[in-house]
Amino acid sequence: MTLAARGGVSPTRVHEMDAIVVGAGGAGLYAALELKQELGPTARIGVISKLYPSRSHTGAAQGGVCAALGNTEEDHWEWHWFDTVKGGDYLVDQDAAEVMCHDAVETIINLEHLGLPFDRTEDGLINQRRFGGHTRNYGEGPVRRSCFAADRTGHAILQTLFQQCIRREVTFFDEYQVLDLALPEGPDGRVSGVIAMQTATSELHAFRAKAVLFATGGYGKIFKVTSNAHTLTGDGMAIPYRRGLPLEDMEFFQFHPTGMHRLGFLLSEAMRGEGGFLVNDTGERFMERYAPTMKDLASRDVVSRSIYLEIAEGRGIGGSDFVHLDVRHLGAEVLNKKLPDMSGFIRTYFGLEPLTDLVPIQPTAHYAMGGVPTDVDGRVLRDAAGAIVPGFYAAGEVACVSVHGANRLGTNSLLDILVFGRRAGKRMAADLADLPEPAADAEAEASVQAHARDLLEGTRGERPAVIRAELQETMFTKCGVYRTQQLLTECRDEVAALRKRARHLLVDDKGSRYNTDLGEAFELNFLLDCAEATVGSALARRESRGGHAREDFPERDDADWLKHTFITRDPAGGDLSLTYKPVTITKFEPKARTY
Amino acid sequence: MMNVQLRIRRYNPEADDVPHWEEYAVEAEPTDRVLDLLHQVKWYQDGTLTFRRSCAHGVCGSDAMLINGRNRLACEYLVKDAGTKITVEAIRGMDVVKDLLVDMEPFWESFKQTMPFLVNDEIPADGKERRQSPADRERYEDTSRCILCAACTSACPVFWSDQSYVGPAAIVNAHRFIVDSRDTAKQERLEIMADPDGVWRCRTVFNCVEACPRDIKITRAILEVTGEIGKAGIR
Repeated sequence: MTLAARGGVSPTRVHEMDAIVVGAGGAGLYAALELKQELGPTARIGVISKLYPSRSHTGAAQGGVCAALGNTEEDHWEWHWFDTVKGGDYLVDQDAAEVMCHDAVETIINLEHLGLPFDRTEDGLINQRRFGGHTRNYGEGPVRRSCFAADRTGHAILQTLFQQCIRREVTFFDEYQVLDLALPEGPDGRVSGVIAMQTATSELHAFRAKAVLFATGGYGKIFKVTSNAHTLTGDGMAIPYRRGLPLEDMEFFQFHPTGMHRLGFLLSEAMRGEGGFLVNDTGERFMERYAPTMKDLASRDVVSRSIYLEIAEGRGIGGSDFVHLDVRHLGAEVLNKKLPDMSGFIRTYFGLEPLTDLVPIQPTAHYAMGGVPTDVDGRVLRDAAGAIVPGFYAAGEVACVSVHGANRLGTNSLLDILVFGRRAGKRMAADLADLPEPAADAEAEASVQAHARDLLEGTRGERPAVIRAELQETMFTKCGVYRTQQLLTECRDEVAALRKRARHLLVDDKGSRYNTDLGEAFELNFLLDCAEATVGSALARRESRGGHAREDFPERDDADWLKHTFITRDPAGGDLSLTYKPVTITKFEPKARTY
Repeated sequence: MMNVQLRIRRYNPEADDVPHWEEYAVEAEPTDRVLDLLHQVKWYQDGTLTFRRSCAHGVCGSDAMLINGRNRLACEYLVKDAGTKITVEAIRGMDVVKDLLVDMEPFWESFKQTMPFLVNDEIPADGKERRQSPADRERYEDTSRCILCAACTSACPVFWSDQSYVGPAAIVNAHRFIVDSRDTAKQERLEIMADPDGVWRCRTVFNCVEACPRDIKITRAILEVTGEIGKAGIR
């Protein structure tokens, strides 16, 4: 209970840095590396993570990262650009996607130079393979565009960037949980640092810097079945949202078709890229009906909805809630050499042999297309009109650029963290000279202190896990693959009731050493805020597009809804408001989306 | 559903002088992970139980623990294999900070000592990727799979007796660069590994190989490093 005795953040726990990066996945580490390279070895660049950097969820990404290198067959970045726009159901800002697909080529080459262990062709070039939604010549058929390191590409990316950050002597603050932003001039002013709790001691630390990057990842833990790590609780979205800043396109959440049944984590799309396919209870390759050209490699939202419909119509395996992935014909060489981790997961968790057995899969909540709105240099937007929040940057899944629109293509998440993490780092380095000196936000420090004290001193209330489980069930069944006005209305009311109940949480652990019980209570509150923004945005959008499918409004409606949602909550009254921002269309006119 | 008796070695530095065992009864499916059982206790019985975890499927390396007498990842060990009486304690050779959580700082220090990053600042004239044959790429395939979970190092009897030994995980990560045809710092790396606290301390007990959740052939990597030191004529 040492914490309760203290007033504000002690001067011994104030860290003055040039730039602060929150989150040590691919986006954060690439930004930190870029900052060091631009500003030189004396620059004080701090990376704060609530884990150790090598634990970040970038490391769980499997199949690959796309760039039109053309190493194994003809390819052009413009084709990748088109696929990204079409995959996103035309909600993609095309100028941003152009930047991503164009920069992809140089960025992948840079990663090779940094040491990334890509698989190679016989000629020693970076090898490439097929992936869902990636096509040649504007949709003619699949193309080999995904660069990979076996089936652990994310692990290779995370390791390589962590290694190079060690080389460049980036300062790491491991196991610190960021709880608020420093906004010394109030909600309309600049960002000037963050307030974090050191997990080892439960002490509050203030990090002051002219520039702060949020690269904290997603919030898949609002759903019951998800591929996301336990730690993906939307911290980096909830914090600015609480301070009155907007979140963009939160209704668009990707359900990945091939989650391991019940467990939720992924069997990579690379299993289908290498030739695997889905079958229903009758043994039918049902994707041939839904997507005659791309079949099992249609974009993820299309495949997930097809699985959902097969299950709804009673063709799940044994009438149950899953279908089968068939990879038996791929043979031992492919399964053990190109997909060793996937084959291992099937053996370890199901006790099945992928060479001889069918694998039970179901759609799993995987990726947030929405997030903190930014421009193509990671600068956070204050509103739909495009005003900038000085000193505040975001990149990776926490951000919405928007390059994924209503549905992200496979491999484009790794590309997003790399291209925009790197660009944000460059931008921050360039902006530092013009940004004002950092200052304290005493009010925020006191408020975080009070929140922690309330949780530690509280003796009545519910366990965070109880509320979290209800939230995950509600969001999965009422704001999942398919949605309706009635389900979403119920979901909104239930989330509001859960938020109310969460005002009194019972934290068992009253100590100050590694109090992860307290940490999970903070995380539950972040999840609840993200859920509110998600269902609030989903309820308003009366159309179906990409990762937002409404049974009551089954068609895409470009006349009314070709626009981005910005949701904000009034920090004083708690009222939600929605505004909209037009989609930037520079080259590809929206048309019907078939695979 | 089956009833599982979970014995956990608990230690709270703010309340306990020494660690002690506590037992918990939990209901489990045969396909539940030991990590799921730890969560059942933490979430619904006793929130003070403390351990690290994140991805829950064996790729982030957070939850190495000594389970039923062997180092494993709690998220990769299923009840059907662990049985109905399961004992869990912190990995050995590292200071227990609280319950199942150990002080990882010395582990990261050893890792950083080995220059765990590619050194080669030359960029090909055409600005494209450096070429590397599939055979050269294959040489570090196995050791590039390390997830830094510390299961190997904390299973090593040499490390238990003297923590100045860099340990198998650090050697695995040194190997990953020593045999990478793109790297230009091989000599320096081998000199670090030839240090008295380096690779020569290994007694080929194979505990590390048994403990590795990634099935990395650690002893083979260590022998390759000693072989490279020999070839380079370092004493």
